[in-house]
Amino acid sequence: MQIDWPWHSGVLDPQGPIGAAERIILFNATSIMLAVVVPVIVLTLGIAWWFRAGNTRAKYLPDWSYSGHIELVVWSIPALVVLFLSGICWIGSHALDPRAPIASQVKPIEIDVVSLDWKWLFLYPAEGVASVNRLVVPAGTPLHFRLTSATVMNSFFVPQLGSQIYTMAGMTTQLVLQAGKPGKYPGLSAQFSGDGFSDMRFTLEALPADKFSAWVAEARTAKEPLDAQGYATLSQPGTAPPGSFKSVAPHLFETIAAGKN
Amino acid sequence: MSLVDALTETDHDTDKTPISERGPAPVEIVVAFGFWLFLLSDIVMFSALFAAYAVLSGQTAGGPAGPQLFDRMNVLIETGCLLASSFTCGLFTLSIEARNKPGAYLWAAVTFALGAAFLAFELTEFTRMIAQGAGPTRSAFLSAFFTLVGTHGLHVTFGLGWLLTMMAQVATLGFQPMVVRRLLCFSLFWHALDIVWIGVFTIVYLGAH
Amino acid sequence: MLGKLTWNAIPFDQPIPLIASALVLVVLAGVAYIVLRRGWFPYLWREWITSVDHKRIGVMYVLLALVMMVRGFIDALMMRSQLALAADGAPGYLPPDHYNQIFSAHGTIMIFFVAMPFMIGLMNFAVPLQLGVRDVAFPTLNSVSLWLSAAGVLLVNVSLLVGEFAKTGWLAYPPLSELAFSPGVGVDYYLWSLQISGVGSLLTGINFTTTILKLRAPGMGYDRMPIFCWTALASNLLIVAAFPILTATYAMLLLDRYLGFHFFTNEAGGNAMMYVNLIWAWGHPEVYILILPAFGVFSEVIATFSGKPLFGYRSMIVATLAICMLSFMVWLHHFFTMGAGADVNAFFGIMTMIIAVPTGVKVFNWIFTLFGGRVRFTTPMLWSLGFICTFVIGGMTGVLMAIPPADFVLHNSLFLVAHFHNVIIGGVLFGAFAGYTYWFPKAFGFTLDERLGKASFWCWLVGFYLAFMPLYLLGLMGATRRMQHYDVPGWQPLMIAALAGALLIALGIFFTVLQLMVSIRTRDRRRDLTGDPWQGRTLEWSTASPPPAWNYSVLPRVEGADAYWGMKQAGRESRDAPADAEWEEIHLPRRTSVGVVLAFFAVVAGFALIWHIWWMAIVGGIGLIGTGIAHGWRTEHEEEIDAETIAETERARRRATT
Repeated sequence: MQIDWPWHSGVLDPQGPIGAAERIILFNATSIMLAVVVPVIVLTLGIAWWFRAGNTRAKYLPDWSYSGHIELVVWSIPALVVLFLSGICWIGSHALDPRAPIASQVKPIEIDVVSLDWKWLFLYPAEGVASVNRLVVPAGTPLHFRLTSATVMNSFFVPQLGSQIYTMAGMTTQLVLQAGKPGKYPGLSAQFSGDGFSDMRFTLEALPADKFSAWVAEARTAKEPLDAQGYATLSQPGTAPPGSFKSVAPHLFETIAAGKN
Repeated sequence: MSLVDALTETDHDTDKTPISERGPAPVEIVVAFGFWLFLLSDIVMFSALFAAYAVLSGQTAGGPAGPQLFDRMNVLIETGCLLASSFTCGLFTLSIEARNKPGAYLWAAVTFALGAAFLAFELTEFTRMIAQGAGPTRSAFLSAFFTLVGTHGLHVTFGLGWLLTMMAQVATLGFQPMVVRRLLCFSLFWHALDIVWIGVFTIVYLGAH
Repeated sequence: MLGKLTWNAIPFDQPIPLIASALVLVVLAGVAYIVLRRGWFPYLWREWITSVDHKRIGVMYVLLALVMMVRGFIDALMMRSQLALAADGAPGYLPPDHYNQIFSAHGTIMIFFVAMPFMIGLMNFAVPLQLGVRDVAFPTLNSVSLWLSAAGVLLVNVSLLVGEFAKTGWLAYPPLSELAFSPGVGVDYYLWSLQISGVGSLLTGINFTTTILKLRAPGMGYDRMPIFCWTALASNLLIVAAFPILTATYAMLLLDRYLGFHFFTNEAGGNAMMYVNLIWAWGHPEVYILILPAFGVFSEVIATFSGKPLFGYRSMIVATLAICMLSFMVWLHHFFTMGAGADVNAFFGIMTMIIAVPTGVKVFNWIFTLFGGRVRFTTPMLWSLGFICTFVIGGMTGVLMAIPPADFVLHNSLFLVAHFHNVIIGGVLFGAFAGYTYWFPKAFGFTLDERLGKASFWCWLVGFYLAFMPLYLLGLMGATRRMQHYDVPGWQPLMIAALAGALLIALGIFFTVLQLMVSIRTRDRRRDLTGDPWQGRTLEWSTASPPPAWNYSVLPRVEGADAYWGMKQAGRESRDAPADAEWEEIHLPRRTSVGVVLAFFAVVAGFALIWHIWWMAIVGGIGLIGTGIAHGWRTEHEEEIDAETIAETERARRRATT
């Protein structure tokens, strides 16, 4: 019997290279620090207990308050730990820069993301289709996102794929992720954005390449186009069910990102 | 008594204890120190406004930019008024230290007039800009401009009110130690406003692009 | 006539705030009735409300903090119970409109109106006593600070009944907090109450920095100052340097909201991220404004109850000042996910980690203070040991999130929520309670009940772990903060565990209240007649408990660090002074009502501005300026305590101890 533990949707169950690398950093950094933190806790409790007032065997040193050697050690231990972690920090920040490309044979797919009140709009510029609250991507392909907001700030986050990034009105951020294998992964906004915030969820569906093409073809047969009027309706505050649009008004993302919508 | 000794006041001080161990400082020192801290905090607040101006100075949103709006001649005279008022404020301080009431009134009046002239120039500039459709709601740049310059102007206004109050205090209470302490705080405040204005003048007006 | 204020402002359709406000009003009316009926008001007015005595102001600050802690904690219970219910499609009992106000109010209240007044209260009470002086540098200003904080508290609480509170989170990020997205009065309540109390905090910062640097007993050089005074100095320097940034930032948001400026709007070139940068340029130092005095309390408590001087005193001072400086260089770690470049992120990540070095040094020095001591496990000591063990975990998760790629998956999650509660509860709050039980006998002349104090500590400690360890796990599972409901049924058991933890903490708060009541009732059995119930080391324990209004009949002469310990070792006690000593009269600052009057007008002006009642705002403004000017003509600043009163007090003290 397989138990569906809830962390099977979280950051400890990564389903792509970015998330996996970030989990390694989490584990490494935690282990290094635990190596200091656990002894500190044990020492604190142990020393306090041994030197309790009632213990006649413990030596009382009423004036002992300085030792150069100990000072040297107490400054060195945290300094060395931090030095080590700083290395992880510097290397990790560069290797996992949100906009850094993923080394891959496969050409990345471009996806534009717009956060609205309170829904996610995904635009596929090459494919000419769009979807709401449902992000369909090919598995094993680097995903290059450009993100902005047509409203307040949000944060685009698919915990199992790794890095989140803010979406901000009038600004464009970039993010590269990749889904390692086909599957459905929950996505959300991680930055509070108002009354509908808790429903600002979407599903990222990673499909095999051929199924992805099939989905694009299917999306092109959707009822509605995302023209100016369609966008105006969609951007009204409120939640929305997942859905897709058969076509997208030209330069819609650029217009939104420039803050001129 | 050597000059250095005179300046550091160590000659008549046979007490060899370090200053930090001599017990509570006298009230003049405490008040002045506290007021310096206040001025420092005020300058921190101005730095936040300067930072905002630096970030937003390019954000004209299609509206007018600095060079189209600023009349540098106007600002130069305005600056001259404020700097001169700082000088007369120094003379004002000297009169106070000499406990010279007529002198204090005279230099207070001159300082007040120069400060008021500065404000008049500033208000003229503001009303002209608003009339041209370049008010603070036009663009982020103008919001930051009006806030930075206006906050300085509010400080000057406050300073003028303070100066009037202090003159009333001199008239009614005379040169009591309490009144003198406040007058010295006022002069510190007035000079600090000058320093802030030099920042405004350099960054906002000379740096306009 | 009344601006935006109409009957619609009262939430008749929402039973929770309505009933809560009704209860508060009934309690207030009851208290007012008793006070007036028994004729206590003149006493309260004379001895407390208009008092400029730093000890009384300190007590009032702590009382304010304790009352607001109950308010903020009720908010916490509501959030935890909402999330225990709202799983898998269930809506829970709090609609988003209400829930969003609750978490915003919880954060605002706990930081600004619990942690701040608690720490400022402890500093008020202890710092002048520890410095061996009679008052702070500016006693009247001190009273103004207190009452401006109280004015902010009042406005926040009025929002419960009249109108609404912000629905933006405790830092009110724009553009959400801009008029376009938050047209109600909630954000205005938030901004004006914090602007008013922020002025109070700034004045406190100036006051205490001046006090510590300029007013110390003869002989107390910088290398002899108690460590709590050092941490208080660092904290107040941070207030002076950081609070003006907050004032400026809120002023810009107010201009956006009231006059249509474009600092942070989505239109006309506004830049919301500038707000985020500015607010954290204040916000990160703020964290250290709160934690540094707590570190000071722990240092005093651990040294006292180990019967040893603090280990590595100079090292501790260096560490404190290093934290003070570094705290201004790390603000960007609150938004690594903004999309800044790798170099910038890595720089701020490393700067953040460097703060762990002086903090780690402090922890080791506390351990070496215990080493070779005679440790007494009193309530303040339990809080301190609980703090060390809890805080290192919080510090660890903090350093973890200082690594940008780790933060990319933990930011804004419940892991983050668990982290900052880990350091704020385990650090600031434990420190506040340690200080409260440690100095209580000095303030009131009798000790607090140890058994109930320990019961409260264990409830808090276990409750904390039960409430927040599940949140760490939930964060790793992808649960984000500020969500009102969620659809993963597997999260619910952990949410219920967190609720159970919160209930245990509620029991801890109940024990604190009970402890206070029981201790007052049994005070005659627990009198502290010596003034030194803990075998203290610093000067405050050398005077009577409670100290006379003038603290010290003769200013103590300090001849080393741990001044009072040194005096005791040398066999010298202040109360051993010869009975026929020549006492000199003492001048004390006179009480004044200017603080409470200014606060009154600040509330009038603030309330009027929130509701756009312009005439009333003008009345409030004129009141503020007029009061300030009128105060300028006050010439009698001091009152004299004659030598006979002092002699009699000293004789009485000697009679009591022998």
